[in-house]
Amino acid sequence: MSPFRIENRLWDPPAETMPREQLQALQVTRLRACIARVAKVPFYREAFERLGIVWDSINTLDDLRRLPLTTKQDLREHYPLGFLAVPREQVVRFHGSSGTTGKPTFVAYTAEDMKLWSNMCARFLIAGGLQTHHVVQIAFGYGLFTGGFGLHQGVEKVGAAIVPAAAGNTARQLLLLQDMAPDVLICTPSYALNLAEAVHREGLDPHRLALKFGHFGGEPWTEAMRERIEQDLAIIAFNNYGLSEIIGPGVSGECACQQGMHLQEDHFLVECLDPATLEPVPEGQPGELVITTLTRQAMPVIRYRTRDISTLDYSPCPCGRTTARMSRVIGRTDDMFIVRGVNVYPSQIEEALLRVEGTAPHYLIEISRPGALDEVTVKVELLPGQFSDRMRVMQAFRDKIDREIHSITGIRVNVALVEPQTLERFLGKAVRVIDHRRLQE
Amino acid sequence: MKLHQLSLFLENKPRQLRVPSKVLAAAGVDILTLALADTQQFGILRLIVQDWEKARQVLEQAGCVVNVTEVVAIEVPDRPGGLDQILAVVEEADLNIEYMYSFTFHRGDRAILVIRFEDGDAAIAALQANGINVIESVELFKQAKA
Repeated sequence: MSPFRIENRLWDPPAETMPREQLQALQVTRLRACIARVAKVPFYREAFERLGIVWDSINTLDDLRRLPLTTKQDLREHYPLGFLAVPREQVVRFHGSSGTTGKPTFVAYTAEDMKLWSNMCARFLIAGGLQTHHVVQIAFGYGLFTGGFGLHQGVEKVGAAIVPAAAGNTARQLLLLQDMAPDVLICTPSYALNLAEAVHREGLDPHRLALKFGHFGGEPWTEAMRERIEQDLAIIAFNNYGLSEIIGPGVSGECACQQGMHLQEDHFLVECLDPATLEPVPEGQPGELVITTLTRQAMPVIRYRTRDISTLDYSPCPCGRTTARMSRVIGRTDDMFIVRGVNVYPSQIEEALLRVEGTAPHYLIEISRPGALDEVTVKVELLPGQFSDRMRVMQAFRDKIDREIHSITGIRVNVALVEPQTLERFLGKAVRVIDHRRLQE
Repeated sequence: MKLHQLSLFLENKPRQLRVPSKVLAAAGVDILTLALADTQQFGILRLIVQDWEKARQVLEQAGCVVNVTEVVAIEVPDRPGGLDQILAVVEEADLNIEYMYSFTFHRGDRAILVIRFEDGDAAIAALQANGINVIESVELFKQAKA
């Protein structure tokens, strides 16, 4: 573990430690203002008319459930700026999603939005140890992607010094890490891992770098990745969350306790719903985050389905913040499958396998319905070192995988050990689930 | 005194056994004996071959998961009570058997028991102290060729 200690500091104490009743009253006021703003957006005007909603009838947080949902598809159908709620002249910035599945989704910001956004980023950066005397290397892409500029503005707001390294060019990043001696690294977790590997490949001692901690986000990652980054770069690794459709980074971020990411609830109303039924899940259960922007001006969204699966925790945090905390994103609704009525995510299977020593990170989930009931087979590659000539050792190994999967997902699966290198390797997005039930329909 | 046994991991699906068998045939490896343990999900193939290092190499090159274990070969008279005489010693010495299998030569009145003990050294000591013939590998393969 890193030898550095993070001070617990607040950026905006009244907002971050507001009693929850007061916070909820503020949310209702802001929700009403938001509904008045989105009434200018044709998509919402039509949806409100269809559902018979007048803004005056929204008086409590429970009324939120009556409001329409917004999906990525809705944004696409109104490409490029159909969700704009202010005159074009008031926009001072555009950003966009990566557009990996087609055209990018554009988002817009007014001057007021920019102020709000930079404060949101400053908040989580301060919660995660940033101070004015720090030097910060930002290795995020600067462009349409919200990560680079979003974090840049947040660090600027705090008043720390920025090395805007931007993404890529690992050799240059290493040079900067040594010569500019940044205290803080900001990038995606996978790029942090990449840099950690490069540091070791070049024979550099991470303990001799000035780096103390990092803020990583922009993609889902695991606790195992955090451990590796913390160990290999000798830093504390903080997680933060955001998405361009909502605002970008700054939706939530970890405090020094590293026990979930504090949602900035004075700016966002966050629901956690069962993606199949759209009913709220009990606190602590995994569900899809559905977010309403309370303060955004240029492009407010109502109940946006993030497709990100997480859990919410409303218990008080030792840091003193009263805001709810979300867990790291454990999956995407696109990857979810339902077995015997239980929602299961491939990441849960992955987490179970991580707990069992001797399994490769290569697995395949096959779902079938041979009779009346669903059957799940999890194929796991056996590592040669794990193989034993003794049957009871092999059975115990299988049983352990079975138990871990059951304890995390609540379902029983068949664990099938397969020979190494026999499951397909994927360069891009891996196919982890094959659902044979669809073929039988 | 111990014998090297090769263990192979096999997925439980058709044609899986053919993979190592083909590889060993192509390499000209003579199989002295084998045993197959199976479950619904997977199997373990245990093999005794003279040139186990070569066999292991060709199998691993073919992508098989191979594990080398030391087992004990014991000569027993091939007649009623032959097995029991050995197990009496095993019981007396409080030895744990993980698994065992046996085979006989073409001629002769003796059988060979191949036993995987939890503690092979303790087993050999106890068996020999009781006058039981633990066969070493050179002798075993010489007899097999005879």
